[in-house]
Amino acid sequence: MTIRDRAAIVGIGQTPFAKHLGRSEYDMALEAILAACDDAGVSPRAIDGVVRYDMETTDEENLLAALGNPRLRSFACTAWGGGGAASTVVLAAQAIAAGMATTVLVYRSRARGKQSVYGRGRHLGGRYWERVEAELPGLNQWHVPHGLVSAFQEMAMIAMRHRIEYGTTDDHYGEVAVAFRGHAVRNPRAVMRTPMTLADHHASRLVSDPLRLLDCCIETDGAVALLVVAAERARDCRQPPAYVLAGAMAAGRHHIRLASFFETAREEDGAPRAARQLWEMAGVKPADVDVAFFYDFFTPLVIMGLEDYGFCGRGEGGPFVERGGLAWPHGRLVCNTNGGQLSEAFIHGVNKLNEAVRQIRGTSSSPVEGCELAFVAGANTDPTGAVLLRR
Amino acid sequence: MMRREAVITRDLPLPLPTLDNEEFYAAARRGELRFQRCASCGRFRHYPRPLCPSCLSRDFTWERSTGRGTVFTWTIVRGPTLPAFEAALPYNVVDVVMEEGVHFVSQVVDCAPEDLHAGMPVEAVFVPASDEITLVKFRCVRSGDGLSR
Repeated sequence: MTIRDRAAIVGIGQTPFAKHLGRSEYDMALEAILAACDDAGVSPRAIDGVVRYDMETTDEENLLAALGNPRLRSFACTAWGGGGAASTVVLAAQAIAAGMATTVLVYRSRARGKQSVYGRGRHLGGRYWERVEAELPGLNQWHVPHGLVSAFQEMAMIAMRHRIEYGTTDDHYGEVAVAFRGHAVRNPRAVMRTPMTLADHHASRLVSDPLRLLDCCIETDGAVALLVVAAERARDCRQPPAYVLAGAMAAGRHHIRLASFFETAREEDGAPRAARQLWEMAGVKPADVDVAFFYDFFTPLVIMGLEDYGFCGRGEGGPFVERGGLAWPHGRLVCNTNGGQLSEAFIHGVNKLNEAVRQIRGTSSSPVEGCELAFVAGANTDPTGAVLLRR
Repeated sequence: MMRREAVITRDLPLPLPTLDNEEFYAAARRGELRFQRCASCGRFRHYPRPLCPSCLSRDFTWERSTGRGTVFTWTIVRGPTLPAFEAALPYNVVDVVMEEGVHFVSQVVDCAPEDLHAGMPVEAVFVPASDEITLVKFRCVRSGDGLSR
């Protein structure tokens, strides 16, 4: 059994994105879910499978209570945060290919703007890492007591090593941020729509060397949802299907386990192994991809992702992004045409799945002409996964 | 309404030793840096774990490290950070590759941000943080200062 060509994304939905919406994650999740069902022309009561993040606050119980849906018979979670962004679709396709479900909902809702704190309780604002336990029983005890407290700082350590080995530069990071901002400027849904130049990027303050403020994604409120159905049912839906050509998952190192992150050769880490599985299942190669979506919570991840997934050689990610290498419409590889998490919204990577579907449908605000194949990856320094969507 | 301060960790977060790693912290309290070493294949590992990832042996000893290594990668944290670290901003965090081959995340206590670089030799120093926890930090090894031998 394989998941190759067994499922298709037929519905996408979302709330508005903003730095603060003042709404619960529960409420936003349901708005996005109803929108995805409406987009597909499928009743919410036909949903019989769910895939969500393990950290999602709207769980199956909340979902069933609101949707009044008695038919749920397949449910699964992805772990490791953004690492699982594309894995959601892999798991949905897996449930469909195995005959465990026919109509699978994928969603992610986040009230994570500075004032929102996940939309729960009476807490006002703050960042997740500011609420770390005072006594650390987990593996973060090996770095938090030394002042390495946030994912951005962990990423700075990984990015610095990439510079040491390959000579990656501030210009390379800036190219990623500027290209994606350019896409966001054309995207009415995006939160950050002021044009950005390389000079703007370089003028932003250093937060954790070598990374600057504009190397970091934004924290936002919003929710997205997708509806995945069996391929043979896809044509009955309202929208042109985006077929799941192939998908892969691979567990590897995690940026939070920084003490052991460098134990393994990069090629044996999760993302490069997921890449090898993905291309083999799909029977296509990186050069066949029309548009790509990387997990861009921080700019260096995109540069490493290009290498991890074979769009260029190891150490060549920096030069690859030079001179608008990722920018619509003429870049070497047009990427993250919604503006990414750097500039559209940080819905934990799931918003780029919606944009990949828009590219296959031809409805993106930065449409890649004749787009037939879209690549989407989860965060490549976590246990992760990737999918290929085709027209 | 709850104030924002109420949800922020104010104290210095410290490790809570577990059954799998309490030997490490006991050694650190004595001023020793010790790593697990596989009794079967001889490889060192860190962080502590019950099984050798190279040969899957469960037999190991806690071997004393030379305490010496070189900076593999690093960052200068300029903030935001936790309140406990704010007075020290900007401060470094380093990943040290030890002579035993394992990686260890910590700080170099005597190095200005502009002097930090990959490959610089460092050696362990011990900084008590509580009755139970002594943190392993590093200091620069400068040629001719006799610290490294």
